Formats: sequence, structure tokens, C-alpha cells
Amino acid sequence: MSIEDIRVLTSQLAADPSSLVFLPLGEALRRRGQLEAAEKIALAGLTRYPDLADAHDLLARVLGDQGDLERAFDEWDIALRLDPRHAGAHKGIGFLFYVAGDLPKALEHLESAHAADPGAEGVAAAVARVREALALPALASAPAAGATPPVAAEPEPLPPPLPGGRAVFAGLEGAQDGLLLLDGNGLRIGGGLSAPDGTAVGDAVAAHLAGVFRDATRAARLLHLGSWTSVAGETTDANLFLCAPTPESLLLLVRDNSVPIGRLALQAERAAEAARRWLEGAA
Amino acid sequence: MRLDIVGSLESITRVRGVRGAMIVSAEEGLVVAESSMEGIDGAAVAALTAGVVARLGRATEAAGRTAPAFVHLQAERGALLAVPAPGDLLVVAVTDAAVNVGLVRLELRRAAEHLA
Repeated sequence: MSIEDIRVLTSQLAADPSSLVFLPLGEALRRRGQLEAAEKIALAGLTRYPDLADAHDLLARVLGDQGDLERAFDEWDIALRLDPRHAGAHKGIGFLFYVAGDLPKALEHLESAHAADPGAEGVAAAVARVREALALPALASAPAAGATPPVAAEPEPLPPPLPGGRAVFAGLEGAQDGLLLLDGNGLRIGGGLSAPDGTAVGDAVAAHLAGVFRDATRAARLLHLGSWTSVAGETTDANLFLCAPTPESLLLLVRDNSVPIGRLALQAERAAEAARRWLEGAA
Repeated sequence: MRLDIVGSLESITRVRGVRGAMIVSAEEGLVVAESSMEGIDGAAVAALTAGVVARLGRATEAAGRTAPAFVHLQAERGALLAVPAPGDLLVVAVTDAAVNVGLVRLELRRAAEHLA
């Protein structure tokens, strides 16, 4: 795509910020190596279309080019939750598994990508390479050139259960600030939370959240919606996500509002898993 | 004004998967206007939504943050979505589990802007 094409797309987006033209524009910028600009376009698009799988796929590709493979993985994972047959997301995750040496999972995703979009660039060749590598175990740790991003790693594994309330989220992003585990009575069990001015507010927030827990349970029951699974809130300066790792506990995750709710849900899922393991160990 | 409000609510209920939409007084938890709330207890929705939003607001205030501009309660078989509007109001939608949340949020915000 030429610079003139990019100018045209930029003008179209400026004229109609709600247009989906941010998708080809972001991709064009990425291909030209203008990664910061591409990331801004993708994030702005996601603000308007947080449930659009293509937008998460675009951001994932930009993040992959920036070397932030963990976030890229998360974005592709979100894209697949929104659209389980998304070819781009299967392709991206397949390549990440490939360079991480998990060839069976790589093959599974690459074949899904191929099935969803048989004409997708490079996928058929990648499937063939992985199949070949699986047949020749000696090559499994030596990915074929050109098939993958330069380096890759799987997302951070969950930490083992640890004793001590503050260690419940050890190893997770925001383990000491931005993640809070409390019981049904609003007493903080682990994690911590600070206000923007640095004041510790974990205990005060936990006390209020016990009421949210009760109200959410009552609302879901009375409206015949089944059990509640999460409460998400967006403020002008932060996004927050609440879920219940166990029937007697509540988990709060707070991030600044540049982190989309979908990503918060993923992080909360990991934190909830860590909390469950920790609570089982503490029982 | 009344027609505008009803029109805004109908824009919300036109989104596939939305079972009903309403405007609620945030403080009292009472119904101000509603659309397509068949089979749903509007009074319960109003009271419960106002309760959840108020409590979440107190939690975000304790955290030194601003009040929520969007609240999404997800449950197994559906969701409750709310956006504050001027005049101490809330625009609320009750949805099925399979709904485009982003689209509903957009319509809720439009309706809230209409109330300004």
C-alpha cells in the first residue's frame, strides 16, 4: 500500500472516526514498520469496537512485531473468544506455539486457520512445516526460518500456591497493586490496591465490594439470569473487573483505562485460578 | 422529550439479544421509562441495577477513582448493562447471554446523551 493510500485512509478515518477503515490503515502502517502509529490506530479502534475480533487481531499483529508476544497472545486469545473461527488469530497463536516448541498445539491452530481461510498467506506452508517437524522430532526445537516471529514465549505460567496472604498473586502483573482478593464479608485476604495518589485503599474498597457481591447475586437470581459470573466497570480513569474465584470469595482487578475490559477478563481469569489454588492450599 | 426517550430506548431494544431497556432514577431505583420489558420485572431491574451501580460507585470512590461510566453485570444466561445519564438517571438494558455488548453499550451511551 502506497503512502498516498495511507493518506486517503487517514482522511477517511478523520472524517468518520467510527469507520472500520482503522483496520486497513493500522495494517498498512504495521506493514510499513510504523508500529507506534499502528498501535495507536488499533487501540483507538478497540475503544470503539471492543468486541470486534479483527481489531484484537490487528493489535496482536502490531504487538507481535514489537516483540510483546505475551500481550499479542492475549489479544489473539480474545479474538478467538469473540470469533472462534478467526483465521488470523488461529494463525498468530499457531506461530507463537510453534516458536515456543509446542508443535501439536501449533498444528492445531494452524490447521484451524487453514480451514477457516484456505487462501491465507503462508498458512498452508506453515502447516506442512509443522507436520514435517512432528514427523522428525530432532527438528522440533529448531523452527524453520521465515515461518514465525523472531522470538516467542508462551504466556507467563501460573505461579504455584504460596503461603501468606500477600503472596496469593505472586508472579502475576499487579500482584501487590491492582489485584484484591476478599471474602464474602468484605475482608481482604490478599493482594493490594492503591489510589492514584499512592494511598493504600485495599481494605476500604474490599468493604464496599462485599455489598456489590450480594447485590450482583440477588440481581442475577431475581432476573432469572442464572449465577453471575462477572461485573465490569469503566470509569474515566480506570477499568475494573470483579469475579468470584470461589462461592465465598471475590476478586477485584483494577487497571488504568488504556487496558480494555477483554484483557482484564483474561487477567482476572488467571488471577482467579491462582486464588483458587491458593485458597485450596490454605484450607 | 418523552418521544425522544422512547425512541432512544427502542434503538437499544432493536439490538439483537436485548430483552428490554429502561431509564431508572439512580438514587431511588425507580422506573422512569421502559421499552419491551415483557416477562421482566421492571421494578426489580430498576432497584437492583441502581443498587449495584451505587455500590460499585462507592467502591470506585474509595479507590480514588471516578464513578463508573459503564457497568456490565454478566451472568450465565444474560447480562445487565447500565450507563449513567444526566439528571441522576441510569440507562439500563437486560440482555440474553449471546449479545453484542459493544453495540448495546454504544446505544446506551447514545440514549444517555439524548437525556442531556
